[in-house]
Amino acid sequence: MKISDIIQILDAQLLTPQADLDREVHTACGSDMMSDVLAFVKDQSVLITGLNNPQVVRTADMMDMICIVFVRGKRPDAGILALANERDMAILCTEHTMFTACGLLYEQGLRGGVH
Amino acid sequence: MANGEEKIVLQYQVPGDDFTRAGEASADLKARLKRLGFPAAAVRKAAISLYEGEINLAIHAGGGEIRVEVTPERIEMWLDDEGPGIPDIALAMSEGYSTAPDEVRSLGFGAGMGLPNMKKYTDSFEITSEVGRGTHIRMAVEIGRS
Ligand SMILES: Nc1ncnc2c1ncn2[C@@H]1O[C@H](COP(=O)(O)OP(=O)(O)O)[C@@H](O)[C@H]1O
Ligand SMILES: [Mg+2]
Repeated sequence: MKISDIIQILDAQLLTPQADLDREVHTACGSDMMSDVLAFVKDQSVLITGLNNPQVVRTADMMDMICIVFVRGKRPDAGILALANERDMAILCTEHTMFTACGLLYEQGLRGGVH
Repeated sequence: MANGEEKIVLQYQVPGDDFTRAGEASADLKARLKRLGFPAAAVRKAAISLYEGEINLAIHAGGGEIRVEVTPERIEMWLDDEGPGIPDIALAMSEGYSTAPDEVRSLGFGAGMGLPNMKKYTDSFEITSEVGRGTHIRMAVEIGRS
């Protein structure tokens, strides 16, 4: 799917208007523990998280992820969005919980990385 | 390497009082290595390892210093601090062991995976520590092995 599809599926808001929404994403990772995200290099492209601080963007950057979805209506501040813009990342926020957001995306074909 | 340079030396200071800035050194290293044309896998391993080390300097050691030497063969990194030190290194190296307080955990760290991740992603990893004096880490990613 494309980043634009994620926006639709999760009824999400795009917080980085200049991001390229046509980029393809196939795999995702959902976690609030950044070291767990860093522990498994699997070429995932989307990070789904309820954590709201700059280390989320830094972690996603280390993993070459291109899209972060903040769940439960978490809204990252301007500093976090600036970090994301520097890295050409798309930042989305959705009212759905982590479980529901992951379920909806899985249902539409997004998968976890290959172990 | 670019311009026929033999070795690039980078130095960073990690502040101990500003968690939001931890990660600046590894982001800078990653961008530089990419520009120099190093293989993506090697860049990622080095950047993740340095990032975990940087986080540790910020949350466990009250800050510290990083030195990186980049040659066409390897990316070698030293992390030095004058923090509280580690009483039992074998225990600290085990997956899931963490003394991080709840406030650090609520920031997404303190899963006890930092040191194990650093060891896993590097081709050589050495750590020495003395309680009350500080902790020293040397680790390297070999370019040919990534
Ligand atoms: N630079 C350091 N100075 C003092 N203690 C450290 C340092 N780095 C790691 N430690 C100790 O080792 C433990 C394990 O580190 P790590 O695997 O990175 O997990 P975490 O940072 O999630 O606690 C830490 O909880 C801490 O007690
Ligand atoms: Mg750590």
